[in-house]
Amino acid sequence: MDIYYTKDHEWVKVEGRRGIMGISAYAVKQLGDITYVELPEVGKEITKSGVVCTVESVKAASDIYAPVTGKVTEANSVLESAPEKLNESPEDEGWIAKLEISSPDDVNDLMTPDKYKEFLKSLE
Amino acid sequence: MSYCPHTDKEIEKMLRVIGADSVDELFSDIAPALRSGELKLEKGKSEFEVMGALEKLSSNCRPAGISFMGGGFYDHFIPSAVNALSQLPEFLTAYTPYQSECSQGTLQIIYEYQTAVCRLTGLDGANASVYDGGTALAEAIMMAVRKTGRKKIVIDGGVNPLYKDIIKTYFSGAEFSLIEIASEGCCMARKKFKEALDGGTAAAVIQNPNFFGTVDDYSDVTASAHSAGAAAVGSFYPVALAILKTAAEMGFDIASGSGQSLGIPLSFGGPYLGFLAASTLYLRNLPGRITGAAFDSAGRRGFVLTLQAREQHIRRERASSNICSNQNLCALRALIYLSLVGKAGFREIAALSRDKSEYAKELIGKIPSVKIKNTAATFNEFVFETDFPAEMLLGAMAESGIDAGIDLSVFYEGFEKSVLISFTEKNKKEDIDFFARTLAKFLSEKQ
Amino acid sequence: MKLIYEKSVEGRKGVKIPERDVKHYPALPDNLLRKFPAGLPEVSELDTVRHFSKLSKENYSVDSNFYPLGSCTMKYNPKALEEAAALGGFRNLHPFLCYSPSGKHSISGALELLYNLEKALTAVTGMDEVSLQPMAGAHGEFAGMKIAAAFHASRGEERKIVIVPDTSHGTNPASSAMSGFDVITIASDKNGEMDMDEYKKNLNGSVAAVMMTCPNTLGIFNRNIREVCELAHKAGALAYCDGANMNAIMGKMRPGDAGFDIMHLNMHKTFATPHGGGGPGAGPVCVKKNLADFLPGPAIIKGADGGFSIIKRPRSIGRLAPFFGNFGVLVKAYAYILLMGGDGLADASEKAVLNANYIKAALEKFYELPYKRRCMHECVFSASKQMEQGVHALDIAKFLIDRGFHPPTIYFPLIVKEALMIEPTETESLYTIDEFIEAMKDAAQEAAEDPELFKRHPLSSCIGRLDETSAARKLNIKYPEK
Repeated sequence: MDIYYTKDHEWVKVEGRRGIMGISAYAVKQLGDITYVELPEVGKEITKSGVVCTVESVKAASDIYAPVTGKVTEANSVLESAPEKLNESPEDEGWIAKLEISSPDDVNDLMTPDKYKEFLKSLE
Repeated sequence: MSYCPHTDKEIEKMLRVIGADSVDELFSDIAPALRSGELKLEKGKSEFEVMGALEKLSSNCRPAGISFMGGGFYDHFIPSAVNALSQLPEFLTAYTPYQSECSQGTLQIIYEYQTAVCRLTGLDGANASVYDGGTALAEAIMMAVRKTGRKKIVIDGGVNPLYKDIIKTYFSGAEFSLIEIASEGCCMARKKFKEALDGGTAAAVIQNPNFFGTVDDYSDVTASAHSAGAAAVGSFYPVALAILKTAAEMGFDIASGSGQSLGIPLSFGGPYLGFLAASTLYLRNLPGRITGAAFDSAGRRGFVLTLQAREQHIRRERASSNICSNQNLCALRALIYLSLVGKAGFREIAALSRDKSEYAKELIGKIPSVKIKNTAATFNEFVFETDFPAEMLLGAMAESGIDAGIDLSVFYEGFEKSVLISFTEKNKKEDIDFFARTLAKFLSEKQ
Repeated sequence: MKLIYEKSVEGRKGVKIPERDVKHYPALPDNLLRKFPAGLPEVSELDTVRHFSKLSKENYSVDSNFYPLGSCTMKYNPKALEEAAALGGFRNLHPFLCYSPSGKHSISGALELLYNLEKALTAVTGMDEVSLQPMAGAHGEFAGMKIAAAFHASRGEERKIVIVPDTSHGTNPASSAMSGFDVITIASDKNGEMDMDEYKKNLNGSVAAVMMTCPNTLGIFNRNIREVCELAHKAGALAYCDGANMNAIMGKMRPGDAGFDIMHLNMHKTFATPHGGGGPGAGPVCVKKNLADFLPGPAIIKGADGGFSIIKRPRSIGRLAPFFGNFGVLVKAYAYILLMGGDGLADASEKAVLNANYIKAALEKFYELPYKRRCMHECVFSASKQMEQGVHALDIAKFLIDRGFHPPTIYFPLIVKEALMIEPTETESLYTIDEFIEAMKDAAQEAAEDPELFKRHPLSSCIGRLDETSAARKLNIKYPEK
């Protein structure tokens, strides 16, 4: 599986037309303790850079944007009762949604893990 | 009198620290062209003079004497301790409890108030209150609109007409469709109401007891709303909830209402209190402030504002509502009131209010030309009709020292000769007897 | 402290309920009744009195503490205001009397008061007409935005955009969105004023209104305010003034004269009605003549005979409150205006601005001041210097609690990192303000010396810092019923 990152700090793992998305360790650190994840509904059509869902911390609410265009096929219901999973394991157990990707080319302008690392450095 | 303590010497000293020659210099960012002259208001006066002027205005408010006016705003007995405790300066002159360590008093009160609202309505969570019963109902409908993503609102004709007006203002945008199902007599037009609920409906909006005083069990209607995928939204009279089926027992998702009857004076329309409660499914859609229990590092229980990420100061244009205050002092009054009258006393107040209404209904129902318009059960108010325009009848009663109720022709067609009359535990039997005699006399003399 | 429910004892009674003088009627049918009585407290009157008296002691309040909560104008609330609102004629007046045939006489005193208050508010703001219906500042904003929508619709124009600066109160964009508008946020320039180039770029035929807080939430008087209004008008848009900070400018300038078309006032800020732990307030909305027909609710008019009556406004946006808004709060505001007079109100603004500038000057060396210029009624610092030691604005707030001061507003406005927004108000004495300044200096020093120790505050309060994260994750918002 290949993994790509957006400038808004979402990640997407891609295998053919199937994908899993979440938010990066960096994003989670910026947000602080996540208190609630408003999961997307299964079947929701998403557009690249459009809002997929919202995560809340004590004093902030942040939109999570779609890294690719497609459809939500599954949402990580574990986060409903245990939003802390997003803090503990953002790029693995804390995944947000599984996707059916409409256009695999969507990832072309996303960043590889190395590029993303460089990008993070530039933010410091 | 400006309540400013500054002496000339102090002002000089402060200006020196600031580095300015005069206080007026501090306003130099306001261009000369924008500067206003002296305010066109009278000079300040002493308390003695001001209270004199206000007492004069107050004495120019002269109700008839005996009052049977209600319509959502009731004159229940207010124990002295409600006034005394709610006026404690630490409650009166604090602000929103943003800093929890120096606001535990207010925060715990909100938590206790939320608990009381949940226990009255039977629902799972409540907020710290909103402005009044009408805006509470509007916020409740907004919750349903957000949750369902739908824009059609079906509202029963028995909802308080003033609240309906407020809802019309809130949902006047072109994207909303507001359908009112006119009542049949003093009851819901059940079949029509249910037929109006469809796949585009966000909320079915009902009031119990309705504005005509009729009490009903709406369990079947909330079930219809749910099968259409709509939220069942209700407006309730909290004193009636002491004995009537709760919002939760009837299947309502969101309950709202006016808390005015819980120890808050009538005060010509406000300030009152709007309560708002919801089932678990809708909890996160609640607007405004919510207090939750939390613990410090020593394990002590305290209270904090929680779920703030829904609110306007964080979400701005995406907030669940623009509301940023609650009617905190009124919520405090309601909580003190409910504590003082207590579990048994609150039921007795409800029973007394209903029984006085039943007594009056029996008594004036015997007058030949009086017709009681409610065909179903009522709580503490009902509608009666005579052969005369309500305005004329009420005018005559007022001359005898009785404000006998509300002229329904102001709000409804087909009710030109109808009066809505209300009772609380404060209405004495002898006053009800006097009213019945006066009414009978008036009607027999006019016939 | 224990909850009132935890103090409840089965069978205990509080106050006596009025005697029953009618018979018991047969109960309503079962299907209309609740299954169990509501679990209300069962406590005595003294239990209740102690409970709430003790709770009151766990609050800071203006009557006991300096309360420089920025943007909230926590000034002294004269005691006479309470007595005014409690006058029997006002307090016991049933609102439906305004629709009653007997009402014309029985409510005339109340109508006269409201009428006079409206006139006083036009004198202070430079606007022409007022509706007293909105029950809070945010409610007044909502009214104002609905008026803007109705105004444009009446001219057959579809304008969907509202412009707000990034320093605006969160209620501004929220009220706009509730009224069906899309919001464009304009950044502030280095002077803390809305960037005029950006503003001009975004101003076009689809803009309905620009919402400005005057002075703004940085405590700065925008020197371009007149131009902002003029440009809005040229583009066919309306200029809205959020009057939350009116306490800075009474008798100095009137928003109506600067070109604003709509504004709201906060009675609980400017006109000293107590905040009550978060309400009730009142947020009258004021407009220029050409918008008067759109105001919410009925109008009160004075007849040739000096009598008052209520008429429906022809093109009103509708009702926002059941009657005339939070009447009891309006009585207090009116009493305050009579006590102060025009001279007193102007004096209040002068001293509010003097106090704020004094604090700014005294603390400038100790805290970062992001906008170095004259302030109005409040000054905004940043805890960015302290941040270098890992100390946040929040920690400074908690330190101040231990010194007996209510903390300033923190983390607002959003454009200032680690913001500390201090609004002393006019009613505070130099003595109190100097004490506060000393505490702020001590905070800066102690934060620098031992940041870890510093972050343990507050130590004197009834409770330590509470775990807000767990509270939000595992919601506990009501006491479970046994």
